[in-house]
Amino acid sequence: MTQRTRQLTVGSLARVEGEGALHITVHDGRVQRAALQIYEPPRFFEALLRGRQHTEPPDITARVCGICPVAYQTSACQAIENACGIRVEGPLADLRRLLYCGEWIASHALHIFLLHLPDFLGYPDAISLAKDHRDFVERGLALKKAGNAIMELLGGRAIHPINPRLGGFYRTPTRGELASLTERLRHALDDAMATVRLVSSFEFPDVELNYDLLALHRDDCYAIECGALRSTGGLACDVAEFEAHVVENQVPHSTALHAQLDGHRYLVGPLARYTLNSGQLSSTARQVAADAGLSSQCRNPFRSIVVRAVETTYALDEALRLITDYQPPPRPYIDVPPRAGIGHGATEAPRGLLYHRYELDADGVIQAATIVPPTAQNQDAIEDDLRRLVSHNLHLDDAHLTALCEQAIRNYDPCISCSAHFLRLRIEHQ
Amino acid sequence: MPSPPTLAIWKFTSCDGCQLTLLDCEDELLTLAGQVRITHFPEASSEVLPGPYDVSLVKGSITTADEQLRIHHIREQSHVLVAIGACATSGGIQALRNFTDVAQFRALVYASPEYIDTLATSTPIAAHVPVDYELRGCPIDRRQLLEVLSAFLIGRKPDLPDTSVCTECKRRGLTCVMVADGTPCLGPVTHAGCGALCPAYRRGCFGCFGPMTSPNIPALVSQLRACGLNEDAIQRAFRTFNAAAPAFIEEVQYRRTQCR
Repeated sequence: MTQRTRQLTVGSLARVEGEGALHITVHDGRVQRAALQIYEPPRFFEALLRGRQHTEPPDITARVCGICPVAYQTSACQAIENACGIRVEGPLADLRRLLYCGEWIASHALHIFLLHLPDFLGYPDAISLAKDHRDFVERGLALKKAGNAIMELLGGRAIHPINPRLGGFYRTPTRGELASLTERLRHALDDAMATVRLVSSFEFPDVELNYDLLALHRDDCYAIECGALRSTGGLACDVAEFEAHVVENQVPHSTALHAQLDGHRYLVGPLARYTLNSGQLSSTARQVAADAGLSSQCRNPFRSIVVRAVETTYALDEALRLITDYQPPPRPYIDVPPRAGIGHGATEAPRGLLYHRYELDADGVIQAATIVPPTAQNQDAIEDDLRRLVSHNLHLDDAHLTALCEQAIRNYDPCISCSAHFLRLRIEHQ
Repeated sequence: MPSPPTLAIWKFTSCDGCQLTLLDCEDELLTLAGQVRITHFPEASSEVLPGPYDVSLVKGSITTADEQLRIHHIREQSHVLVAIGACATSGGIQALRNFTDVAQFRALVYASPEYIDTLATSTPIAAHVPVDYELRGCPIDRRQLLEVLSAFLIGRKPDLPDTSVCTECKRRGLTCVMVADGTPCLGPVTHAGCGALCPAYRRGCFGCFGPMTSPNIPALVSQLRACGLNEDAIQRAFRTFNAAAPAFIEEVQYRRTQCR
């Protein structure tokens, strides 16, 4: 057999925290290079936040991501409230969690049905899929709409909600307003459980990741909008210690910074959350997970679609519980007067842990801001996963191998448009 | 039977929220997909077909040399080009770099700034190529997007207001947050389109849709001062998602000369 170099190129991974491409070089049967190149134009959020007032980051950082603005708003609120020595509790904290459930439902439904499902069923997109399986796509859209309904009622709109603010909300809903969501959410819960059954029936390649997994953890419930850091490697600490463990490095091929946890590769996102926190799921969600064949852990990235469906079920179950228990707070927000200090905040964005840190002066003017998004944390693991996947599947022709790489990238839901399309292929013979 | 019109969606520097708005049309998406042929929408499909395109929706601002070239190619391929969202119509939040030194920004975020390719400014699509229609908002409004698509696909002009958020607020019968609560509000100068969302939540408008046609900004500034905003806070209010919109830039410059 002649020696040859194969180049697999993913030309436009269109949007991880931006635009990206993938380059894989195989020489003489060995993977020489697997680089996830992120060329999304930088937008300099950390720089433009300097000099802004402490009340502004929830609105400004929402604009980092149109798919998970609530994650940015909530991490920002928590970090700044932390700097100011304020803790939001009771019904206001519950409403934040409810809003976040809405984002999880909408984002997971989008990924499962519009981006990931076509891979498993062999279609280029959900619109072609709908020609043969209209019921699947309609179910996905109904689920997504249920999540958006929560965000529209509580947040004002589904993309870049206007109602969240430091200390709570501009306006809190009445019990009756929230109750108007109940019927739609009950239907959506049935749809979510049917989705778990559907996606768990797919065939999954046999892959087990051995990375350290990092997620927020709470003893009383499945951590979403707050919690402490916990890893499968034994890390257990407060969010304030995030930067003592996670170090970001810049690599030449990317405008996203690469992160390492205590010097090694790690992963955040649904697999990490489920593996660390499956014991905190509601009984309904635990039951559908067990019926879907999941044990208390899941380290197969191809099965992330099942975990997302289980998390969607949980988010609906939890949203219904929060709505039933809701008692309107006396005021829509608590005051957050500024003081000099540093604050940390982290939440579980649909794609994984999102960390914010702000340094304020006594007047509340931002002196420094740090944002560590989930995709930057996962970039190294995605590259490693692709390296391994390619070396185990060298017998496939370029078209199939490239398609498998695309699907593997979508397993991580790096961000919406990176999850669909792309892959330009060039084979170089040496 | 004639082939259905083709629709393409293009992304430049932005957050993806505006193209997500199209996928958020849950009730209309499959119907729309039956009326048009979506030939370029990388966010949603791995199938990408060559142009020309009957209607192109362009989101995002121009911030790299590559984007400067790419927008011309898209213009050549598009019969109708619609710029959607604050990034595409005014440069977006990333246009805050236009008022500072981008090298400084780059060094603040990246340890090795020499790897980062970026222009000194973030500019709207219309600064580079002729644009047939601009749809405002950060993000755009779903109902307005459907109106624009329907209009261009059947060959008429979109019927959307270019007045202020105040007109929508009055029509909804909301209590004015500035008059009643003394809450600073950009509604009197902000382009309509959101349906007066913020006042409906007892919050002042913060200008997501950018300036309306012919805004009277000096009059609003006096009112903002009366609400207790100092000069820095007024400047910040205009320097958000539409900071580089000409009417907002002029206002900030005008007040600077006034203060001297």
